[in-house]
Amino acid sequence: MIDVENLRVRFGSREAVKGVSFSVGQGDCFGVVGESGSGKSTILRVLAGLYDDWSGKVAFGGEAVGPRRQRAFFRKVQMVFQDPYGSLHPRQTIDRILSELPLVHGMDDIDGRILRALDAVALPRAARFRFPHQLSGGQRQRVAIARALIAEPEVLLLDEPTSALDVSVQAEILNLLADLRRERGLTYLLVSHNLAVVAHLCSHVGVMYGGEMVELTDAATLREGRVSHPHTQELRRLSVELEETGN
Amino acid sequence: MILSNFRSWALDEAPASRSQATWGSAYRVWLSLRRNPLSMIGLAIILAFVALSLAAPLLAPYDPAAQDLGNRLAASSGAHWFGTDELGRDVLSRLLYGGRVTLGMVVAVVVLVAPIGLGIGCIAGYFGGAVDTALMRLTDIFLAFPRLILALAFVAAMKPGVESAILAIALTAWPPYARLARAETLTVRGSDFIAACRLTGASPWRIILRHVMPLCTPSLIVRVTLDMSSIIITAASLGFLGMGAQPPSPEWGAMIATAKRFIFDQWWVATVPGIAIFLVSLAFNFLGDGLRDVLDPKGR
Repeated sequence: MIDVENLRVRFGSREAVKGVSFSVGQGDCFGVVGESGSGKSTILRVLAGLYDDWSGKVAFGGEAVGPRRQRAFFRKVQMVFQDPYGSLHPRQTIDRILSELPLVHGMDDIDGRILRALDAVALPRAARFRFPHQLSGGQRQRVAIARALIAEPEVLLLDEPTSALDVSVQAEILNLLADLRRERGLTYLLVSHNLAVVAHLCSHVGVMYGGEMVELTDAATLREGRVSHPHTQELRRLSVELEETGN
Repeated sequence: MILSNFRSWALDEAPASRSQATWGSAYRVWLSLRRNPLSMIGLAIILAFVALSLAAPLLAPYDPAAQDLGNRLAASSGAHWFGTDELGRDVLSRLLYGGRVTLGMVVAVVVLVAPIGLGIGCIAGYFGGAVDTALMRLTDIFLAFPRLILALAFVAAMKPGVESAILAIALTAWPPYARLARAETLTVRGSDFIAACRLTGASPWRIILRHVMPLCTPSLIVRVTLDMSSIIITAASLGFLGMGAQPPSPEWGAMIATAKRFIFDQWWVATVPGIAIFLVSLAFNFLGDGLRDVLDPKGR
């Protein structure tokens, strides 16, 4: 579904992503882990069409895409941002936020779509005409997911969808994402610095370090600890330690 | 009864429709503005002056252009509350009609200037790069001119009158708004919610118009309200210098100008329009201060 080949991104003189290649199958969930500044979020933003300045090959469903995306592209690929406090327009009601994409694409039955999207993410219908500041962090992230779903996409790009949330809410959102993927056959590309989140949701994992993808593996191998790159071992050790101190 | 119904409807935590949500947020702004006594005084003064000017034909005791040379420069009396001017015209009537000219000029300037400034600023801020540079240098050029001098030169090039005064003031008043709107746009341009708007496939124009501009308007409204007084003063100054409204049109600044010859002997002729200018300017400043507290998104 997603094919990335030799992707390079520059910010001025610094190369943030240095020739990354990977591919994600239809209906799969691919996780990208790495520490802050390793270039993982940059990859996601390139795939979403938010950066113009990159080189390499990016294809969705076999169709190569350039820096500028057609309007139809956004019906196929949507994104959920990391910070639910920053990703919702502060002066718009949930209704306005959700109706924007159907309006742009001239879709019919906007009311029905909004209600179905709210139901799909288990938000009460009473939340429809509230403003984001009247909702909790978890509810806001549900709104952000509903906004992505309303396009009826095939691919969902998830940029640390739970890292800004409380631990108890994190599990809810992760389960919601897992359910949605099963119900709708969505393809996920999940970026996170949390190995546990990635292992929970994803079948395949890529490890980013200093702008390069240093290891491609699957979740089972990762869980067993049969990883080769020292950075992956380090990440895994840290996450196991964290889990133990947490318990 | 209706009022309390409206109150609970507007302040409902779970609005059931688009209009209810809009009214709710507007009503909250009004409630917090009402808590500021100074801005309520300002609002009351402005509304009073607007109402008096609009009702001038009903309220004015005399025709503002009717001369009575036998009764020149009369002091305040029962027949002429604010006295008469050098041609025996009733100052109160001229003040009421003058409000239409002066306040009308201010409204016209704001209607011209605010959308231009907002548009240029948002476009420059959102697109960045060469567009930004070009538009901001243009703004700098206009900003570098002394306001009154440019307005004077402009009016002198055209024929003096209310319309050219409005154009002249508008020409010199938009750059600060463009700067302000650009600064506001820059703070939201990189935010995730604008990125999310781009991911709907919306065109840049739609994003600017529907998502960026609404965020810039509150601070622009505050700035415009605070600038109203300086627009009034510029309009009055142009009138005073003979470049604004032409006689016998009763513009406040022009009224002061004609009264300057006898300002020490018959002080009321110049003082009354002066007080009107002072009161309206002060009222706009009060209101602007209150609006800033209420509307500024960073203040909340």
